[in-house]
Amino acid sequence: MTQQIEEEADALARAAVGAPGPQRRPLGRRVRSTASAYGFMAPAVALVLVFFVASGLLLLILSFTDLSSANFSRAWNFIGLDNYERLFTDPFFPKIARNTVFYVVTTLIVFNLGLALVLALVTTSIPRRAGFFFRLVWLLPRLTPSVVYILMWQRIGAGDPFGIYNQIVPEFLGASGGNLIFGGSPWAFVILTNGFNGASFGMIIFTSALESIPKDLLTAAKVDGAGTWRIIRDIKIPMIKWPLLFIATYQTLSLLTSFEYILLLTEGGPGLFTTEVWALTSYKRAFATYFGNSQWGYGATWAIVLVTIALLLAVAYVKLFRFNELIEEPRIENL
Amino acid sequence: MRVELDNLTKSWDEVIGADSITLDIADGELVAFLGPSGCGKTTTLLMVAGIYKPTAGTISFDGQVVNEVAPKDRGIGMVFQSYALYPHMTVFGNISYPLRLQKLNKGVIKERVQTVADMMGIGDLLERKIAQLSGGQQQRVALGRALVKEPQLLLFDEPLSNLDARLRLTMRGEIKRLQEDLGITSIYVTHDQVEAMTMADRIAVMSKGVLQAYDVPEALYDRPKTLFVAAFVGNPPMNFFDVEVMRVNGDLRAKSDAIDLVIPHDRGEKAAAVDGKVIMGVRPEDVDVVDDASPAAEGLTLAGEAVVVEPLGREDLVGISINGVDLRVLVDKTRGVRVGDTITLVFNTSRAQFFDPETEASLLWA
Repeated sequence: MTQQIEEEADALARAAVGAPGPQRRPLGRRVRSTASAYGFMAPAVALVLVFFVASGLLLLILSFTDLSSANFSRAWNFIGLDNYERLFTDPFFPKIARNTVFYVVTTLIVFNLGLALVLALVTTSIPRRAGFFFRLVWLLPRLTPSVVYILMWQRIGAGDPFGIYNQIVPEFLGASGGNLIFGGSPWAFVILTNGFNGASFGMIIFTSALESIPKDLLTAAKVDGAGTWRIIRDIKIPMIKWPLLFIATYQTLSLLTSFEYILLLTEGGPGLFTTEVWALTSYKRAFATYFGNSQWGYGATWAIVLVTIALLLAVAYVKLFRFNELIEEPRIENL
Repeated sequence: MRVELDNLTKSWDEVIGADSITLDIADGELVAFLGPSGCGKTTTLLMVAGIYKPTAGTISFDGQVVNEVAPKDRGIGMVFQSYALYPHMTVFGNISYPLRLQKLNKGVIKERVQTVADMMGIGDLLERKIAQLSGGQQQRVALGRALVKEPQLLLFDEPLSNLDARLRLTMRGEIKRLQEDLGITSIYVTHDQVEAMTMADRIAVMSKGVLQAYDVPEALYDRPKTLFVAAFVGNPPMNFFDVEVMRVNGDLRAKSDAIDLVIPHDRGEKAAAVDGKVIMGVRPEDVDVVDDASPAAEGLTLAGEAVVVEPLGREDLVGISINGVDLRVLVDKTRGVRVGDTITLVFNTSRAQFFDPETEASLLWA
């Protein structure tokens, strides 16, 4: 790359003084000189092309067809915007949209940001070894495959006569058994299960950010008269602003597309769409419709709309949080 | 405000940060804590600030023990080597922070911040972000933040170490002037003995957590009580020789294989009483380079060879070897000493120091 720029600069300089240009190097040599750069980029480019660009385009095309398991052997039948019309007029569309917003916002605020911040603040304020131990405990679910982790909670909460809860609590504590998942608030169970795991990501990022705040700043704040709460509010949180915004952005986007917790714990139930979110609907339409009819075209439509929303949100976050300020100009020492 | 430290000690498990520090600071005095890194000076300062809790001993402000008083209630202002400014706040935000925490009304805050900022010469920078300031300006903001709440005690933790040499000189004078004008009792931690000598009313020299000496600068320079103080105070540092002080025909002479010098009685009596070797100290400016040994300098003259010449501008710092014993002396540069030259030296032994090699205590002042 640099060489290319140098060559261009060289050519410009020659043109400026009217000097004859250099002889173009043979193609073979030019290719060879940039081959290693392209070589290093190739794996990433291949991944993006195959799993993002190609599949995205395919999905977009699919969303304009009525392709399903009933007609997949025939040629694709393009039906224009019918799928989109069907989506937005679906009687459960408002409920699913509301559920999605509720699920994302609640999990994000209470756990991925809130609990993560509390854990980071607490575990950096106690002796180092103890803090390390507690963070390790909180990280354990993340070392477990998420499906296994979810199924463990599902087995704990399963309804009478199953479920670990039902084996222990009625037996020894005398409380009545029941179904933890559906008996209380299914949303609470889903969000708790996801949140306890999800908080650990922010916790780790926030912890390292908090630990990199210079000790002098905290000493200065104490001398200036700040108590614990004011130090957290005025110094610590502003100092970890970028990690906070990054986690907010990243987790919003990943929660939008996350459905495995709900699928495995409630399947969107109980009843009609009680805990169903957008990504789960997309999955169900495309792969798990009753009567064995997988509506790939219609499922793709849900996915495309969700991806569009996520993209718009990502752009909004970047603008709103002014991520470009992250790249600050270097400070020049002058007297 | 009067400050008294009484047997102040801080230790972490096996490590002792400060060991039974006892000293008092008079109202309005500027005291420097001087010592190499790890000597316990910052540890002691942070105990005075209330950041570290003393393991033993007491800190008193105006006779009141403040060991259990929170930093915010101690009436202190602090300036750090790193400036420790809040990077997400403006200059105004930084200086006003202590006042905002006191919940003063907005008008009062604005007025006091402006007054302090004008005093520091940064009155027109209040809206700037910290990153937009130079090092010198940042240090002024830090000083302003420390001063704005009108503290009873100012604590400086190597405040000038991050500045370049020229600016350090300016700020040194400014801090000293400001401190005298405002009459605020101050503790100034530094490893730079020039800073300590020029600014402090009294200097506490510390080493390995122990207070080595606590006195006015001239006393530390002229009458060092320990070998450490003699070696640490003064630039270029004092020269040391292993000698034996003995009586020869009624004179006291400091002798070794390479050295034989007459010592005045008021300097050498105690050293002569020591059986065996003592350490003699001679400052670089107490050795004169002469063309020829005069009869008057009989017994004070030695010859050596120049092995290093470091031009300092006004004079040359010359490393000299006298039969394998090294010393450094300041030589007028018009002499044009060059490496390899043979040099005649006259020692001003009436200013020589003597130390016991075992206890490292002075044989003159201890």
